[in-house]
Amino acid sequence: MRKLYQEETEMRVLILAKEGEQSAAAKPPAADAMAAYQKFNEELIKAGVVIGAGRLSPSAQGKRVRFDGKKRTVIDGPFAESKELVAGYWLWQVRSIDEALEWLKRAPYDGGIFEIREISMSEGV
Amino acid sequence: MCEGALVIDRRDGDAPEAPGRGETAATEAHRAIEAIWRIESARLIARLARVVGDIGTAEELAQDALVAALEQWPAAGVPERPGAWLMGTAKHRAIDLIRRRQALERRHEELGRDVERAQEGLDLDTAIDEEVGDDLLGLIFAACHPVLSKDARVALTLRVLGGLTTEEIARGFLVPVSTIAQRIVRAKRTLAEAHVRFEVPGGPERVARLASVLEVIYLIFNEGYSATAGEDWVRPALCEEALRLGRILAELAPTEPEVHGLVALMEIHASRLRARVGPSGEPVLLLEQDRSNWDRLLIRRGLAALERAERLGGAMGPYALQAAIAACHARAATAAETDWPRIAALYDAVAQLAPSPVVELNRAVAVGMAFGPAAGLDLVDALIPDPSLQAYHLLPAVRGDLLRKLGRSEEARAEFERAASLTQNARERELLQRRAAECAADGIVG
Repeated sequence: MRKLYQEETEMRVLILAKEGEQSAAAKPPAADAMAAYQKFNEELIKAGVVIGAGRLSPSAQGKRVRFDGKKRTVIDGPFAESKELVAGYWLWQVRSIDEALEWLKRAPYDGGIFEIREISMSEGV
Repeated sequence: MCEGALVIDRRDGDAPEAPGRGETAATEAHRAIEAIWRIESARLIARLARVVGDIGTAEELAQDALVAALEQWPAAGVPERPGAWLMGTAKHRAIDLIRRRQALERRHEELGRDVERAQEGLDLDTAIDEEVGDDLLGLIFAACHPVLSKDARVALTLRVLGGLTTEEIARGFLVPVSTIAQRIVRAKRTLAEAHVRFEVPGGPERVARLASVLEVIYLIFNEGYSATAGEDWVRPALCEEALRLGRILAELAPTEPEVHGLVALMEIHASRLRARVGPSGEPVLLLEQDRSNWDRLLIRRGLAALERAERLGGAMGPYALQAAIAACHARAATAAETDWPRIAALYDAVAQLAPSPVVELNRAVAVGMAFGPAAGLDLVDALIPDPSLQAYHLLPAVRGDLLRKLGRSEEARAEFERAASLTQNARERELLQRRAAECAADGIVG
């Protein structure tokens, strides 16, 4: 990235919630787990950290397009690698990866992998 | 309370992607402490200020807790609930302090008030996990108290609410560290001497006090958005700091339309930050910006905040009106599609609410775009005698622009040169000199 100004600026990070496939048969989360999650999310919003968030529908409703030269192959969901599937995301504005890490560690989850990825502010995107 | 409940290390040490891999545990702990401080310091200071009664002491206690963390965490590991640890540590010091004060004041027979406070202090055991929203809002109102000068409010707000160091604030405003340090010390003293209470003001006082808070946040934003001095045209870190403060305030005071108006204004303006700077750091004016470089996410957030302000009802305040103007630009896919008559009307409304020569100048620009440069020039010319605009570089800059459109290139050149001599910003000066040169070239071409 072209550095326009001589100073440190904040960064945007994408938090990928790799909670795995939510099957139709799965039990909805318990009420207290939902409440804990909502409390945490509110705390993030009140700290001015969250700038976007969303949950993804089951991969059965998703589609993939594979590119191979000129060829495009459409693959219908559900996708096989169910443990690694992203179930939701957050977009955070933080001052450093460390800050994102400190926030994420506080999340009230007891399973899954949550990935922090910095969004590089490349031109024209 | 989980004070003292230290865990060895919560990091998943053997995961190959573990962040900070290859660093020593101590370095990693320091980085974690820095991040935790950024997250916790404002809440910590807010709660302590409520207990001990003044920002200065509260900040010292919070700093003491930070020092304790720096001493203990690198070896013992970061506690599972670092915020509670810091609060617990600071709380013990606060209670010691209150007891010492009590002993002192007993001699002065002024027991009553501090006993109450000590009680509050001891209640902290249960209060730590409670909402700190009102404490935080009280701290914002105190740091932006009108008893302080604008400079002092800005420095204190960045320090106690932004969690910025004195060095960082000094860098942001391009002034010596000692100047900022002094401003902060004096501000704390002034607040203590004026017995400013840590409360969220109500009634008629609230309106004026809130205006002061919004002004401070907007000052910080604007210093980053069009730096009044220095080599860089924009300093985005200040904009981001102001935006964060605004977003926090919007959650703390969700029923205040002007808070959302200010947030909307800042979000939409910030969306153009990337497009406002050319390849070699030069300013790019609004109508010449590459709109594909505008940050769509911030525009969407800005428009949503503006809607939130409008939904709360009542007449639009100055910030919401300015946000509505910014929204007109944000909605136009190209500069040519801008709804200038609406912008001129909105500036009219701003001028009626908060009359100022700068607003009049902006209205003149909009009128010039909507109804032709001659109409704009009439309005600008009426502003020339205004004493507050004598040294304002944008008056000759706007006048030069309108004159050039009217084909009066020689007069336009003189105006751009005058504007260049008035600005304190190096990048802006180059731009204005370039525009003067373009006017001179008009003359040669015919």
